Amino acid sequence: MIRKFLGRAVSTTLLLVGAAAILLPFVWMLSLSVKPRDEIFSTEISLLPSRLEWRNFVVALTSTDVPLFLWNGLVVVVGILVFQLLFAVPCAYALAQRTFRARALVFGLVLAGLLVPFHVTAIPIFLGFAQAGILNTYWALILPFIPTAFGIFLFRQAISQLPAELFEAARVDGLSETAIVWRITFPLVLPAATAFAIFSVTAHWNDLFWPLIATTDPQLATPPRGILYFRDEESGDDVGPLMAAALIITAPLVIAFLLAQRKFTQGLAASGLK
Amino acid sequence: MRRLSIARREALTTLWLAGPATLAMVLFIFLPVAIVALLSFTDYQFGATTLNWTGLENYQRLLGSTLGQRAITNTLLYVAIVIPASVALGLLVALGLHRMTGWAPGLAHALRAVYFLPVAATLVAMSVAWQMVLHPSLGVVNHVLAALGGEPRNWLSDRGLVLYTLAVIGIWQTVGYNMVLFLAGLVAIPPELYDAAEVDGAGGGWSRFWTVTWPMLGPTTLFVLVVTATNAFRVFETVATLTRGGPAFASDTLVYALYREGFVYFKAGYASAITMVFFAFLLILTFAQIRIVEKKVHYR
Repeated sequence: MIRKFLGRAVSTTLLLVGAAAILLPFVWMLSLSVKPRDEIFSTEISLLPSRLEWRNFVVALTSTDVPLFLWNGLVVVVGILVFQLLFAVPCAYALAQRTFRARALVFGLVLAGLLVPFHVTAIPIFLGFAQAGILNTYWALILPFIPTAFGIFLFRQAISQLPAELFEAARVDGLSETAIVWRITFPLVLPAATAFAIFSVTAHWNDLFWPLIATTDPQLATPPRGILYFRDEESGDDVGPLMAAALIITAPLVIAFLLAQRKFTQGLAASGLK
Repeated sequence: MRRLSIARREALTTLWLAGPATLAMVLFIFLPVAIVALLSFTDYQFGATTLNWTGLENYQRLLGSTLGQRAITNTLLYVAIVIPASVALGLLVALGLHRMTGWAPGLAHALRAVYFLPVAATLVAMSVAWQMVLHPSLGVVNHVLAALGGEPRNWLSDRGLVLYTLAVIGIWQTVGYNMVLFLAGLVAIPPELYDAAEVDGAGGGWSRFWTVTWPMLGPTTLFVLVVTATNAFRVFETVATLTRGGPAFASDTLVYALYREGFVYFKAGYASAITMVFFAFLLILTFAQIRIVEKKVHYR
């Protein structure tokens, strides 16, 4: 009995210490974001500020481009997701529920596409976009991510589990294939779509690699790109607003995660296949 | 005649459904892979009007120069630190939380959310926060070290230290992800196996772990190992945010080198060779992963 209690006490303590280490940068960011300037630069260190300095948030939201970065992030993330779904779902439906000669070939391309990390395609896509003159546009940030082998793969798995009779019945009722895809199939694979949406939104909201390459215009900066512009400009004197900005940029996904933990964990764990 | 037109209409419908995605994949995935492979054998620079075939020169430069070797060895060292640490910690946390679910489900749930938080958070913003945590004079780490009588360190600008600092941040970011995969593996272990082990005399926690848990987690562990390795190979965000590969290329990695050579110095040919080497490493890992996933299916 005592051994059991001791075992629990030790493992709980270790788990709490680990959790504290995980939380350290979050807590420090939160603490600095509400600290007055002189306390940030003081040699005395304390977790709690003597008073809450909301000015940091006001500065981050009004005298910097943080709201613009958030807007850009939203446009890019929603744009990518909508086009990914528009392209991937019909293709996955065709692969799962229709027979055609090139089916094995197309599915082979999907599997091969899973093997290619985005970084590998960056140089030629940059060259092509430079030729086409669309660098420094929203399109440059959205277009390369439209073909998603991972998305097609995920949706094909979900759609092939639906009974074929369902689609036969819909065809007998005179529905066009496009209507079957969007009015019957898509609502039925909504769980897969949610998992995919969480994966896609998280990946592209957080991405730095491609925005760093495809845009040089600060007006088009996505949140991660934007916070680096902000940091390089303030160069160490305006830590409070910088931390407030970091907090504001991280908040949407963290809040969404806390509200829908199960869905988030599933969506992000599925990305291991990618 | 009529049958032909039906067949043709079916083909057109298929084309309408699967064509756009297939075309987009060819355009944005396969064509670029072919181009990058070709460019890696040339001296092409962005903006140049000509290019020359240079054979293996780019690869020789990457594998033969100190700088190129540095990027490769740094990446391998980073991967070699992050994999065992984040897999072992992920497993330990999962084991602890799995047990805790039995007697304190609320706390276990809350801790699980905490450990997973870095996976969902924006890594670049969190790196900016890490920069302040590790700040030489204002950071909390050096303050605590000083209070304990230790030497303050320049975590991000000390050549001998910087890669390890980045590895710790990498571990911090991936433990929660591995924990979730291990928890799923633990839940899938049938409880009867533990009863059977008890009958066979493996009653203690330690022998239960080695006779049941560890062998049953085998496929999960292999999967976690490969996923962690793939992600660690792609390390970029923390490098770009915190060190830009410095000081003196001490934290230069393959993806960062590819970015710098290609998009800062515009040496497209050389950057393509770096890309191909990076791709080769990842392909080897992915093929290992495919074999493991097949095994996993077989196991169940």
